[in-house]
Amino acid sequence: MKLKTIVKGAALAVSASVAMSAWAADTIKVGVLHSLSGTMAISETTLKDTVLMMIEEQNKKGGLLGKQLEPVVVDPASNWPLFAEKTRELLTQEEVDVIFGCWTSVSRKSVLPVIEELNGLLFYPVQYEGEESSKNVFYTGAAPNQQAIPAVDYLMNDLEVERWVLAGTDYVYPRTTNKILEAYLMDKGVASDDIMINYTPFGHSDWQSIIADIKKFGSEGKKTAVVSTINGDANVPFYKELGNQGISAEDIPVVAFSVGEEELSGFDTEPLVGHLAAWNYFQSVESSANEDFIAQWKAFAGEDRVTNDPMEATYIGFNLWAKAVEAAGTTDVDTVEQTIIGMSTPNLTGGTATMGANHHLTKPVLIGEIQDDGQFEVVWETDGEVAGDAWSDFLPESKPLIADWTDPVKCGNYNTETGTCSGQNY
Amino acid sequence: MIPITTLSRALRNCLLILCLGLSFVSADDERFQALALELTTVKLAQTQPVLEKIAETEHPVLLQLFQTMVEGDLYYHDETLELLSVERIDGEYVIKNLLSGEVLPIDRDITTKIRVNNRLRVWLRGAIAQIQLTADDASARLAAVRSLLERYDDDSIELLLSLRADEPNTKVRSAMDTVLAMNTAENSADTGARVASIERLSDSLEPDVRNLLVELSYETDAPVVAAEAQRALERIEGRVNFFGHVDTLFFGLSLGSVLLLASIGLAITFGVMGVINMAHGEMIMLGAYTTYVVQLLMPNHIDASLWVAIPAAFLVSGAFGVLIERGVIQFLHGRPLETLLATFGISLILQQLVRTIFSPLNRQVDTPSWMSGQFEINPVLFVTLNRFYIFVFALLVFAALVLVLSKTNLGLHVRAVSQNRQMAKAMGIRTARVDALTFGLGSGIAGIAGVALSQLTNVGPNLGQSYIIDSFMVVVFGGVGNLFGTLVAAFTLGIANKVFEPVTGAVLASILVLVFIILFIQKRPKGLFPQKGRAAE
Repeated sequence: MKLKTIVKGAALAVSASVAMSAWAADTIKVGVLHSLSGTMAISETTLKDTVLMMIEEQNKKGGLLGKQLEPVVVDPASNWPLFAEKTRELLTQEEVDVIFGCWTSVSRKSVLPVIEELNGLLFYPVQYEGEESSKNVFYTGAAPNQQAIPAVDYLMNDLEVERWVLAGTDYVYPRTTNKILEAYLMDKGVASDDIMINYTPFGHSDWQSIIADIKKFGSEGKKTAVVSTINGDANVPFYKELGNQGISAEDIPVVAFSVGEEELSGFDTEPLVGHLAAWNYFQSVESSANEDFIAQWKAFAGEDRVTNDPMEATYIGFNLWAKAVEAAGTTDVDTVEQTIIGMSTPNLTGGTATMGANHHLTKPVLIGEIQDDGQFEVVWETDGEVAGDAWSDFLPESKPLIADWTDPVKCGNYNTETGTCSGQNY
Repeated sequence: MIPITTLSRALRNCLLILCLGLSFVSADDERFQALALELTTVKLAQTQPVLEKIAETEHPVLLQLFQTMVEGDLYYHDETLELLSVERIDGEYVIKNLLSGEVLPIDRDITTKIRVNNRLRVWLRGAIAQIQLTADDASARLAAVRSLLERYDDDSIELLLSLRADEPNTKVRSAMDTVLAMNTAENSADTGARVASIERLSDSLEPDVRNLLVELSYETDAPVVAAEAQRALERIEGRVNFFGHVDTLFFGLSLGSVLLLASIGLAITFGVMGVINMAHGEMIMLGAYTTYVVQLLMPNHIDASLWVAIPAAFLVSGAFGVLIERGVIQFLHGRPLETLLATFGISLILQQLVRTIFSPLNRQVDTPSWMSGQFEINPVLFVTLNRFYIFVFALLVFAALVLVLSKTNLGLHVRAVSQNRQMAKAMGIRTARVDALTFGLGSGIAGIAGVALSQLTNVGPNLGQSYIIDSFMVVVFGGVGNLFGTLVAAFTLGIANKVFEPVTGAVLASILVLVFIILFIQKRPKGLFPQKGRAAE
């Protein structure tokens, strides 16, 4: 009697869940996890729009696997713990098949445990500090060896810089990047007296004394440059103060890793002409793919909008995912993850982006100078693409580590000396 | 009838004279034209050699060419390939022929920019300085001479020596002497002359002089020179350190004036009226957005826009203030907790309102030309103009507010109501109206602060949030209800922050200031200048 009820109940539950999945099968859900408010909204809102544009475009082509794509947009509000909560919501309540999201590394670190526990799939589209490779994350932005190291090489070799100011916002990306850069500069024979490191809080607005310090540091006879990992809207007062204190790019060039076309659209770039940025894409790059992308973006978001590097990374990530889902015939995370590795898709600068076994892309490295119209003029670039390196070769503790998600290694932090995987997932 | 042969001969002679005359003018001109043409086709990396050749022609238009190029205004016509200068004046592009200066009525679309990079700019500035050494304008000559401090060679020294005698301007002459002294100190064979030059240099604060002296102080071949350089260096270092402290003081005053502006409105709504107004930051934000809207409405008069924005921001924020007071706060008198929550809710509503109307992205507020740049007191001491004006502005606003509160009828009523509401009511003061006006005044002043802050920081929906904590800190530290306390507290905190910052870094400096205030409030809960008398209770 009792057994019967249980069986009945179970049958009911099963049929209900079948019905549920049949209903859910009408669309493929794509989670969008970008801050639409708070200090990072300036950068992240654009990426939300990019994903929406890509989804719309894909749906026009008939969607994927015969189903339409359905965006699920949430707002983690530049609040790092909220990123984890929203990820859980996306994966358990909304049951999305893939997430495009995060900008700052703290937000990504906050999402990691959740996405690994629930076996989700995240495409992270921003340049970052490396030292990480998760089975559940694809890093479509630059690793340090695809942005920071080439930029420093350019300053050292082409501009003959001898003194270095490493200025950044106080969180994990600038701290780790600066640690790698410091080790790299020391390795190249720069004395520790010739390196000045400075951290400021998010949204810092009073730069007077820091800029004065930089000016003093730069006036001591050796060619000086600032390597800026300042993030978010603190950049506007930083550059304003630079202009006001009369520091021109000829005296002390600033090379920024987080300032792109979008950030520059917030202010008058006349006093900043000649300062540099290192990215893997600039809107000004001439290629037919880029022209199409810009036209598409302007039609979608407005004539006065600009494109930038994280948008290209989102574009590549989305295309790779769509291609992998088509090839695998399923959105199952484990299958898609294995299918993407080794897959290629055209990037917007006229080359190809190939996903490596360490979940990082191959990318060209470009250095651009800011122009008075808010665009960048490319002054230097690598020959061809550089493969992303998850673990830096310049930090002693991560030198022996590699990430390889293919058989037989299948590990994000495999130690080549001891032949072991630390067991930590990321 | 004139015979044909005569006519043709006359024509031939005429042409000959014309040609001769032309070639006479354009011996260098032709070469210049050819090189200018080359400039339109050459790759960025090969531009410098072309420019060097152009400099050799010593063509009269050289200076203008280089200056236009360094500003990034040098273009060429897509079809005729003539060089153009394209300048943006009041939002309109003015396109001129570089050689003739004639304004051309052509579209910017058929012109192409001649690109420059940092390397070229450095070279161009050097070349401009060489030409400017003989310029008519004294400040241009001074800049030219000062650019020689960094790198001089035998040629430029020789040129300086010849120019030195006829130089009418004392400032330029003294700069020339500095360069000459540097050259002697570095290169002369005569030790006595070197020592004398070093002594002369010990008055200079130029960074390049200091760098030279550092080099000389390690010179082992001439111990006398090294010792003298060491002595001069110590003297310079002493003065540089002194000016460094002056600089820190200025930075502190400037930060203090920002804090003063941000908190002075709160000193009225919270200090005088006792309303815990969490929406104060949003009043600042509204002021900043008003500036943005004003600039949108008058895009061709950015320099004058702030004068319109200040009263406009006062009215907009003030109106919002009156609205909030009439709509919400008046019903919550004497219930601080509810007021806090209600005003916090209002602040979120206002933020979202701005986000919906203007987008979550920051808006660009332009800086008027008279507020950009800096004023140089000496080579190590600068005052940035925007900070300086904001400092003066903060003091003016403060003075105006004190006057309003102490000299006007409204001020009298405000003080009466804040000290004893019942008694004021009994004397026939319409307390409800006074409350609304006071709140409006405090909010309006916050709006004015927003105009000033729009020149320093991001204009975005979160602008207010970043100042609300600082504002409360200043008011509580200064003593609630005391305007002068707010003034002293703002400057104290500003200077303390800037004194700590070079030692501890920006993050730790703000933590230290916060800890200091917590300890201070433990000791003196009523702040620096507590209100005295019966009214205080």
